[in-house]
Amino acid sequence: MILKVVFLLVSLFTVGSALMVVTHKNLFSSALFLVASFFGVAALYVLLEAEFLAVAQVLIYVGAIATLIIFAIMLTRGMMSGRTSPRNDQAAWAGLASVVLGLVLLYVVVFRVQWPVVEKPVPPDTIEQLGRALVGRYVVPFEVASVLLLAALVGAVLIAREKEV
Amino acid sequence: MDVLKPQIGDWWHALLQGAGLSSGWIVFLDALVITLILLGLGLTSVLFAVWLERKLAARVQDRLGPNRVGPYGLVQTVADALKLLTKEDITPDNAERLSYNLAPGLAVFAVLMLLLVIPFGPGLIGADINVGVLYLVAMGSVGIMAILMAGWSSNNKYALLGGFRAVAQLLSYEIPMILAMSVPVLFAGTMSMEKLVEQQAHGRWFGVVMPAAFFLYFLAALAENERTPFDLLEADSEIVAGYHIEYSGMKFAWFFLAFFLNTLILSAIATTLFLGGWRGPFVEQVPALGIFYFLAKSFVLVFAFMWIRATFPRLRIDQMMAFAWKVMVPTGLVLVLVAAVFVKLPVAPLVRDVLLFLVNVFILLVVAGLVGRHLRLQIKRLSEGAAVVS
Amino acid sequence: MLNTYAVIGLYALVALTFPFIVLLFARLVRPSKPNPLKNSTYECGMETIGDTWVQFRAQYYLFALVFVVFDVEVVFLYPWAVAYGKLGLFALVEMALFIGLLAVALVYAWRKGILEWQ
Repeated sequence: MILKVVFLLVSLFTVGSALMVVTHKNLFSSALFLVASFFGVAALYVLLEAEFLAVAQVLIYVGAIATLIIFAIMLTRGMMSGRTSPRNDQAAWAGLASVVLGLVLLYVVVFRVQWPVVEKPVPPDTIEQLGRALVGRYVVPFEVASVLLLAALVGAVLIAREKEV
Repeated sequence: MDVLKPQIGDWWHALLQGAGLSSGWIVFLDALVITLILLGLGLTSVLFAVWLERKLAARVQDRLGPNRVGPYGLVQTVADALKLLTKEDITPDNAERLSYNLAPGLAVFAVLMLLLVIPFGPGLIGADINVGVLYLVAMGSVGIMAILMAGWSSNNKYALLGGFRAVAQLLSYEIPMILAMSVPVLFAGTMSMEKLVEQQAHGRWFGVVMPAAFFLYFLAALAENERTPFDLLEADSEIVAGYHIEYSGMKFAWFFLAFFLNTLILSAIATTLFLGGWRGPFVEQVPALGIFYFLAKSFVLVFAFMWIRATFPRLRIDQMMAFAWKVMVPTGLVLVLVAAVFVKLPVAPLVRDVLLFLVNVFILLVVAGLVGRHLRLQIKRLSEGAAVVS
Repeated sequence: MLNTYAVIGLYALVALTFPFIVLLFARLVRPSKPNPLKNSTYECGMETIGDTWVQFRAQYYLFALVFVVFDVEVVFLYPWAVAYGKLGLFALVEMALFIGLLAVALVYAWRKGILEWQ
């Protein structure tokens, strides 16, 4: 019962902040609301007893990605000072497109995916199992992911340096 | 082994059940008591730490320090806190009010949350989460957000500059910190703070086996705490006070408190991860001794933090960034690999530990030698006048 | 386990509200006499010139970028470190490969002069 109330509150918080992200006039404030939304997601992970995911969510999304976004806002000319309007003449079409896309995604997620529903407690050694999986079953995706990150770094460095010169 | 919390807990639960409370209420009261103890402990220890730092800095500078309010000036901080509480609180007209008001509270929240996973004695821990170590780092990112909000919302150039300097520094030193903290996790095979202490039995402290990792953590902690020699984000002579320049009264007090509480907690984390936590002689027989050992070790580190602050000059921003990425991150990567190799080495544990220790000392010497050589070269170049001062 | 979450939840709630409650309390006891001069931006007594929120240098962004790459990868180290004691030698080889890739990223950034703060 309490868990359901907490879940509802956290979900409301997450969705509410997400809405603020797209409607707020100031870009920096939008970024801060995005952070709030990330926190909400982390809290949802905690409710699912997925502690590692929750911590990684805060560490990577709040700590790294959000900071990166804020730095990106800072170094874009005219983004910091002027109050950019979230509306423009394509607002109606964009709204329609996202509503349709959202409904399609929702349909697939709710009706087409076979969610493995198992009513049993979370094992105490999830992190150890995660570690095993990372070097065992999922070793190739794991290493490919790190190569991908390396490639992302190289690409970004190339683009950023070109601008500077 | 005797553990304190279950003992006290049993007595406490018997008391509550005797009073005829339902289990839901007992859970709630448990949580409430733990919360109040932790908050009280955190806030009072900050009062003491501020006094200690002022007294210590004074002694280093051949002054007396606070000595008027109470014996040895011990109550000085309480008086200061009361003063700050009743001081006028100025909000600049141009500030973004919401972020401006939220930032100090968030900064305190981020640091207070860390107290939850620190084992003060055998079994004395707020909540033993099994991702404890990563949780500590994650809460650090919340602190970073508070700094960004404060720096940006003040609408002050110094604040913004200080805020972004701070974030650049905190991010850079977070990586070596995470790397250093992963070494004890590797040894212990767990991220739970309580189990990490349990694994350091018989004087096999991870900081003794891996002194280089401990040193790396200590330096990163200095930077994460924005202390000298890494305090250029509030460099008074350049950007006045950094991100909290526009804050006054209680809001400033919160940033101040977060800073000092962070010092204490970073020392407590170092003690837990590297210096055996509450472990010490006879702690198996008398668990209460553990609290004493823990506090003693932590305060030795706090003392070192303060001593360094009173003694060292400040780095330049390029030196600070270069030190993080070109010295500490590579060292951290090497240390993790070395630790991983030695854990798998087929020799007796004692031999392995001695070997690890020697390798660590060797790595420290090599790194120190390389940094020293680089600095000598730079000084030589400067004195020859070849370098253009920029 | 639920007990632990109760502690974390309540503690988080109190730790989050406590600073603001004190701020509200301070509001009651402190004086409040704002005037335009007091509320102006503090700049050592000088008049502020221009806008605060100007365009910053790309340098900060590049550092943040390197940080993101490292942060994401370093988080992967932890589950590995926890399971390491119970894994075979292959875990060492794979992680050495992983750390090697990180080192390549670092060397690349270094060679490209990203780590140079100008």
